[in-house]
Amino acid sequence: MAADRPRRARSSDDIGARTRALVVRRNEYGYDPFGFHADQLKIAVRMAGWLYRHYFRAQAHGVENIPASGRVMFVANHSGQLPFDGVVIGASVFLEPPQPRLVRSMVEHFVPTVPFASYLFSRWGQITGTPENCRRLLRQDEAILVFPEGARGISKSFSKRYQLAPFGLGFMRLALETDTPIVPVAVIGAEEQAPAINLRPLARLFGAPSFPVVPYPPFVPLVPLPTKYRLYFGEPMTVVGDPDDDDEVLEARVRAVKHRIQSMIHLGLQERKHVFW
Amino acid sequence: MSSGDAGPRKIVITGMSGRLGRVVARRLHRDHRNRLIGLDRRPFLGRPKDIEHLEVDLRSKKARDVFRAGDVHTLIHMGVMHDPRANAAQLYSWNVTGTAHLLEYAQAYGVQKVVVLSSANVYGPRPENPQFLTEDAPLLAAQRFPQMRDLVEIDHLMSTFFWKARDIETVILRPVHILGSVRNAPSNYLRLDPTPVLLGFDPMVQVIHERDVAEAIVRALAPGVRGIYNVTGPGEVPLSVILAELGRRTLPIPHPLARPIYSLAFRLGLSSYPVAEFDFIRYVCMVDGSRAERELGFRPRHSLRETIRAVDDQDDA
Repeated sequence: MAADRPRRARSSDDIGARTRALVVRRNEYGYDPFGFHADQLKIAVRMAGWLYRHYFRAQAHGVENIPASGRVMFVANHSGQLPFDGVVIGASVFLEPPQPRLVRSMVEHFVPTVPFASYLFSRWGQITGTPENCRRLLRQDEAILVFPEGARGISKSFSKRYQLAPFGLGFMRLALETDTPIVPVAVIGAEEQAPAINLRPLARLFGAPSFPVVPYPPFVPLVPLPTKYRLYFGEPMTVVGDPDDDDEVLEARVRAVKHRIQSMIHLGLQERKHVFW
Repeated sequence: MSSGDAGPRKIVITGMSGRLGRVVARRLHRDHRNRLIGLDRRPFLGRPKDIEHLEVDLRSKKARDVFRAGDVHTLIHMGVMHDPRANAAQLYSWNVTGTAHLLEYAQAYGVQKVVVLSSANVYGPRPENPQFLTEDAPLLAAQRFPQMRDLVEIDHLMSTFFWKARDIETVILRPVHILGSVRNAPSNYLRLDPTPVLLGFDPMVQVIHERDVAEAIVRALAPGVRGIYNVTGPGEVPLSVILAELGRRTLPIPHPLARPIYSLAFRLGLSSYPVAEFDFIRYVCMVDGSRAERELGFRPRHSLRETIRAVDDQDDA
């Protein structure tokens, strides 16, 4: 992986051509069964592309490891209080490889109850996170993004940066069940975008999983710091085995994925000179 | 008792006078081996001469007499009544007690096949729903919609019957929103102009043409077919696309206001839109129809556009 050079930021990405090149199912009105519509994706990609190119000035390594077609599961570390890591990974697999891919990540269950977000996320290809939805998309040879650290990852405090929280096992069961290769992804930069501490008493008071506070106004992590993002896409890992195996057997397979991500994180941290550039 | 393929088969259809009932009756009437008997409290307008029709209550003795001769081969039950303005207790008695009686007759008098038209709405629209529900998903609609309770209960009655009466081929069809000349809740909603929608919500919905539903029923009549089937149409679209295709103006209402406004309008008689149904234009309630496709060989013939436009069709031929 040391051999590949980071891609230079291009001044303009041909979003229209890339959107047309996406391989997606569409019915006579242009919608896929999950409510995705290519024309509406363009707006989202323009915003995500700006964040990707100009705000976070992201660099992608190992882009050749993004499969041009077929089912794939991107598995990444999760951090930063707000899921900008998901946005950046999505922008990367859409903008960087020769064949753009639409990555489908899972939104929280409360999102369908929020006006506008309820349908905008689905127009942009994002799905409600249920195992059934993932299984269906993978069987249709789509690309999904999984953060096995889940809420434990995104809400981790600054002192825990780049230390992976425990991984869930669900993604491994899905990959085994659907014969999906796993592309491990290390995200460097997101873990510093909102250097937060967790105020546990307040979290308990509000019944929230965490109550992050950042040392600059408005003291809640709404706007991320413009850290420089570095993405490392690892070689696809094929997994074989029985999805109904005992948890110990699955845990060993999950550990293998976790180690790959952790070692790419170490490599990335060694390579970078500064958090912001 | 004749087997399905040989002589004529006697088919009893409840709810035959309704618009969907007439579509199904006409479709089955094309096959000369079918002898149709309608059971409905309403008269059947424009009934072909050789279709028998009895204006009776399902719970009455006359309804039992239809089965008593023992020559009824098939029962198609689509006489579930929905009326947002009717008395809930009376509806319950008609729908659930009526169904229980029918099943009793079917078992007592040697009916070989029972097909009931339930609905994909029995699963209920919920934010936690996976995009496509399969037949084994729990039926949760009644939790939030008292009006759906009858339909859910009938579906449960049928599932129990399916296991209890193993010598009868029981088929439960759960079609998505049926559009066409029918006057059901979804198509009545789509005929409103301006159509109320919830500001910031635009769920994906599934629709099916009434004639495709009739086709699915015909396929369910094939010997050997039994079980529960979701019946899906030509695809999924956002609600806004359907309203645009029909050229409707929309009236976006913030969702916290929608219920109070419309329940008041309903009580004043200004609107006949039951507020409990707002969740159907807020959350997804879509189903996976692959089992029907695989096992019944059912595929809708009408395209999405044809199905949507059928809402404004005036003829009910």
